[in-house]
Amino acid sequence: MGPLTFAALAAGLVASALTVVLHPNPVKSALALVVTLFLLAVVFVFLEAHMIAALQVIVYAGAIMVLFLFVIMLLNLQDDAAETRGSDRIALRAGAWLGGGVLAGELVTLFLRLPLAAPSAAPEGYGGAAVVARSLFTDYLLPFELTSILLLIAVVGAVVLAQRREA
Amino acid sequence: MVPTGWYLALSAVLFAIGTVGVLVRRNVIVIFMAIELMLNAVNLTFVALARQLGTVDGQVVVFFTMTVAASEAAVGLAIILAVFRNRATVNADELASLRW
Amino acid sequence: MWADAGIAAATSLVVLLLVLSLCFVLLWVERKGSALIQDRIGANRANIFGGILPFNLGIVNTMIADPIKMFTKEDVVPADADKLLHFLGPFLAVFPVLVIFAVVPFGDVLVIGGHSVDLQAAHLDVGILYVLAMSGLAVYGIVLGGWASNSRWALLGAIRGSAQMISYEIAMGLALIGTVMTFGTLDLQAIARAQGAHLWGVVPAWGVLYQPLGFLIFLIAGIAESKRVPFDIPEGESELTCGFFTEYSGSKQACFMLSDFAEIVVVSGLVTTLFFGAWQVPFLARDGWHFPGGLTLAMPHLAIVALQVASFILKVLLFCCLQILVRWSLPRYRYDQLMDLGWKRLLPLALVNVLVTGIVIVLAG
Repeated sequence: MGPLTFAALAAGLVASALTVVLHPNPVKSALALVVTLFLLAVVFVFLEAHMIAALQVIVYAGAIMVLFLFVIMLLNLQDDAAETRGSDRIALRAGAWLGGGVLAGELVTLFLRLPLAAPSAAPEGYGGAAVVARSLFTDYLLPFELTSILLLIAVVGAVVLAQRREA
Repeated sequence: MVPTGWYLALSAVLFAIGTVGVLVRRNVIVIFMAIELMLNAVNLTFVALARQLGTVDGQVVVFFTMTVAASEAAVGLAIILAVFRNRATVNADELASLRW
Repeated sequence: MWADAGIAAATSLVVLLLVLSLCFVLLWVERKGSALIQDRIGANRANIFGGILPFNLGIVNTMIADPIKMFTKEDVVPADADKLLHFLGPFLAVFPVLVIFAVVPFGDVLVIGGHSVDLQAAHLDVGILYVLAMSGLAVYGIVLGGWASNSRWALLGAIRGSAQMISYEIAMGLALIGTVMTFGTLDLQAIARAQGAHLWGVVPAWGVLYQPLGFLIFLIAGIAESKRVPFDIPEGESELTCGFFTEYSGSKQACFMLSDFAEIVVVSGLVTTLFFGAWQVPFLARDGWHFPGGLTLAMPHLAIVALQVASFILKVLLFCCLQILVRWSLPRYRYDQLMDLGWKRLLPLALVNVLVTGIVIVLAG
């Protein structure tokens, strides 16, 4: 994609990510995260990872975030109170922003200086379901089977944890 | 065609924003969302480098990351629900009874 | 490059107009069809030219008067409602439903002036995954619509609606796996083309012959996704006023209604594409008729394309009428019966379908 498209997508991503982190209302934060995930799926399409882009929308934006919204609405969370309580809080916040800024600055400088050659043309069918699935079921078969067990454990665990204890 | 370094830089910025979110916010659910943001930033790194190298191994790792994130979200939110039922709060400062 | 952009814009426009005009037609079919089934006349009061004409054009009611009424009504937002979310709800309900149709092929290639145009708005390799992704996004309209209304009926309808939608999404996705295994591709145009073959030279190889159980599960799950009777607990007109869109009026309610009818069209379109040969006419190939027995008739290219597009629209209309018929014949499912159907019956059936399809594919080679 051209630099202009990248700049637009990057601006949108950073703006929605900042909304997630800064907005006092949890519902608006969740919606901003949905926008972030959707824009990331768009970036994945530009990186020719079509199946991963579709999975990003199906799994992340379509299922996980719905779960988040459910929980926020079930708990009926209101806007977060202003978080200015005591001087240690202000010091923590200033330190966090400073540290985050330093981290971002360092990594960005490092990555922009990496001597990476321009990527060659993608092989035929790159990023499609067939190629990813072939790799998944041959080279990565063991992690795949372990992930299915992990999902089973997560389902059972979530049901047990969220049950109402009969008093 | 945008150089791969730009994608990595974007992912670094998203990761940093997520880190700041975890440190600054007090609402446990928003902290959780910031963690998801960090995971997604790393997914972007994997996909960009997979494209750089021309293999799909990076995309397979992203597949697994998504699955693990899904199970983690399910269990984490169930824990938050259980905690809310007992303490009626999701403010991390008030859920500090394990601190000395 | 401009030619490509122009072609893409033209096909997208055609698809959008197709869906919207089918929605309008369905509005009328619903009104008059339900009247027919219930042995009454239906809406027939709206008239043009102030009653000069001796007869009453029933279509005038629904296709002209209804939209005008909806768009000119006052837009009432509840006092404590969240303005931004109240505004976003209808948009998020309509958008994912309309864009699913971008991957549904409405014809084979059209060759005009040297350009070969594939009659499909977006040619994606992962078409079926895209369909599942967009139907997953449709939940947000319901959730936000109910939450932003700050009213208990709306919230109840929204919670039930979203739970129902995410339950039946799973059955829908699993039912499609059998189709993907049969045709070996996620691309909808490729699946449509593969259904042009003929079994034993006579029977068209439509998807329903390979995947009858998959078709049934997908149809039921699709009707449940669009929250139509018998799955309209979220709307629950006799229980919850209007369910999740109780507090919406005017053009916002028109958007929810539009999403309802558009989803009927989308489910019909997908069923047609995956199970009933999409635009395929039996014995019609790209160059003309090929009847069993050896008789071949050549036909001009434009006539073939027109015939195929017409066959697609006819099949879609057929399934839309089927859904409307189902709506006015069956009583509503209770909420626990609905969840029971989705999780305990459709889901295991879909898994059994995948298993049996796999066995048959391995045995048949």
